[in-house]
Amino acid sequence: MSAALREARLSSSIRRRLVHGGLSAAAVLYVGTLVLAPLGGIVWAAVKGGWSTWTSTLSQPDVLHAYLLTGVITGITVVVTGVFGVVVALMLARDRFPGRGIVSAVADLPLAVSPVIVGLMAVLLFGNGGWFEPWFTAHGVQIIYAVPSMVLVTIFISIPFVVREIVPVLQELGVSEEEAARTLGASSFQTFFRVTLKNIRWGLLYGIALSTARAMGEIGAVLIVSSLIQGRTETAPLYIYRAFEQNQDPAGYVVAVTLALVSIVLLAAIEIFKRREEKGLQT
Amino acid sequence: MATPIRVESLWKRFGEFEAVKDVTFTAEEGSITALLGPSGSGKSTVLRMIAGLEEPTSGQIWMEGEEHTFKTVQERRVGFVFQHYALFRHMTVDQNIAFGLSVRKASKQEQRERVDELLELVQLAPFRDRYPDQLSGGQRQRVALARALAPRPKVLLLDEPFGALDARVRQELRRWLDDLHRELGVTSLLVTHDQDEALELANTIVVMHEGRVEQVGSPSEIYNEPATPFVAGFVGSSSVLHGNVIDGCVQFGEHRVPGADHLTEGEAASAYVRPHDVQVSAANGGVPEAAATVERIVTLGWLSRVALRLGDGQVLMAELPNRELEGIELGARVGVDMRNARAFDARDVASAPDLPEVGEAQ
Repeated sequence: MSAALREARLSSSIRRRLVHGGLSAAAVLYVGTLVLAPLGGIVWAAVKGGWSTWTSTLSQPDVLHAYLLTGVITGITVVVTGVFGVVVALMLARDRFPGRGIVSAVADLPLAVSPVIVGLMAVLLFGNGGWFEPWFTAHGVQIIYAVPSMVLVTIFISIPFVVREIVPVLQELGVSEEEAARTLGASSFQTFFRVTLKNIRWGLLYGIALSTARAMGEIGAVLIVSSLIQGRTETAPLYIYRAFEQNQDPAGYVVAVTLALVSIVLLAAIEIFKRREEKGLQT
Repeated sequence: MATPIRVESLWKRFGEFEAVKDVTFTAEEGSITALLGPSGSGKSTVLRMIAGLEEPTSGQIWMEGEEHTFKTVQERRVGFVFQHYALFRHMTVDQNIAFGLSVRKASKQEQRERVDELLELVQLAPFRDRYPDQLSGGQRQRVALARALAPRPKVLLLDEPFGALDARVRQELRRWLDDLHRELGVTSLLVTHDQDEALELANTIVVMHEGRVEQVGSPSEIYNEPATPFVAGFVGSSSVLHGNVIDGCVQFGEHRVPGADHLTEGEAASAYVRPHDVQVSAANGGVPEAAATVERIVTLGWLSRVALRLGDGQVLMAELPNRELEGIELGARVGVDMRNARAFDARDVASAPDLPEVGEAQ
């Protein structure tokens, strides 16, 4: 190898390392300023007030009710979007039918439309003079400005997460394992629960974790349909919103930190379970 | 005993495309029947329809004397082996093999005994607790076979079972499958594009081309008496020589090969000649009557492939043992004698496939 060639190789390797390092630094900076700094700021603000802020905030009946309501809405949302998401994902990944593109687009719609608009749509449908309002009023069911509409909009907003996580997994899996199961005598039910569901479980769990985080944090749509009745239709994020409106910042920070903590723990737990299982597979 | 598998005028359309056209054949008890054809010939679709994974557009499928055309996959009790194994990736070897038993609610004891038996049979007992991605391709396919056999299927359907494996493993597994079949005697249907596989393993070969059955016969019938130009070209290699029918022979240049009695006198015809059916003799002094010029010699181990240019410009391939090469060298004039040629009407030849290397000698 000539000296010139060696030189050229060396400089190209240095250049590659510089580019690599530069990109890494940019990524760290980006994540740091946009994700970690605000999170750190909130934690700091919540801790700053001392232990008493925490105890006084967490013993407020409004706060407890807000947590409960968020829990209920999130729970229902997760079950519905989980089941519904798997069904829609199976349909999108496996079936070829006219209008498949439209279904796929509709499943993504909540990602593209502002939650506020989703809330307005719900008001249009169920509010005074809405299409469905007379029927529900006649049957004595209050939808709008009550928990049912809050659940409804939250479900709508959380739909894409499970679908989007599972469709690529299903497409990559193909149908051969399912076909094998059927030739071995498994019913559709057995095939789904013993083969398909097992193979998509991590995608499903990720999807559920994401929709949980989304459901717990939703404010725009819920704000519109709930009309914010303190202690009745106030979720945890709505409580945070009101706390800042009424200059009770420390309480808002405390609730914000607890919500963020739940999301982080959820994602971390899934990651840990997945790693443990993969490790088990290798031994 | 009733015939294990009978397929009657089976058709399959995918939209505009006719994948399977009027396929009829029978698989005998305890035999291996090979569906042989190039990719896209519809052979896998036939197999999938027999398994119930695909619904026929029309036609009938019978198993053991009972119509199965509209039965569900689960009711058919077939063992199916997929080209890419299709093992359950989240289950161990044990669990994979036991799956067909457990979904049919066999007792734990029964499952355990059957799994042990099959692990013994496929020689994978030490690997029973492994997951599929910890096994080699050959091992995975053996697990797939054990899994298919576990519920004691009526018939075993194998879809290109060795297609994804490299040549050496494929050979090994082929021999192993042959032994296994002798031992178990389960009626098997094998889809393959590999003629060696079909010739070596099958009792009966069904040659398929563009959705149709070209010929059904024993391996020697398929090889020695191909019914159509397609079969002659696809199974084994041949040189195709074009000429006219004269006195029941195909005549081209100064050469004449017998075997065209069934064709119309004077019409255009093509003769298919196997390279090992060509006798080449060195010209000792005088040039023989039917002569050719040696254009190329390729030595492949113990034999050599010789390209010969005939008087009328057509190319004939010959294969002969190296020890018979004496006097046969590049540019030499040699005598040729063709035996066992198969003659076909030239119009039928148009639909035959492009021939492999032999035809490209020009």
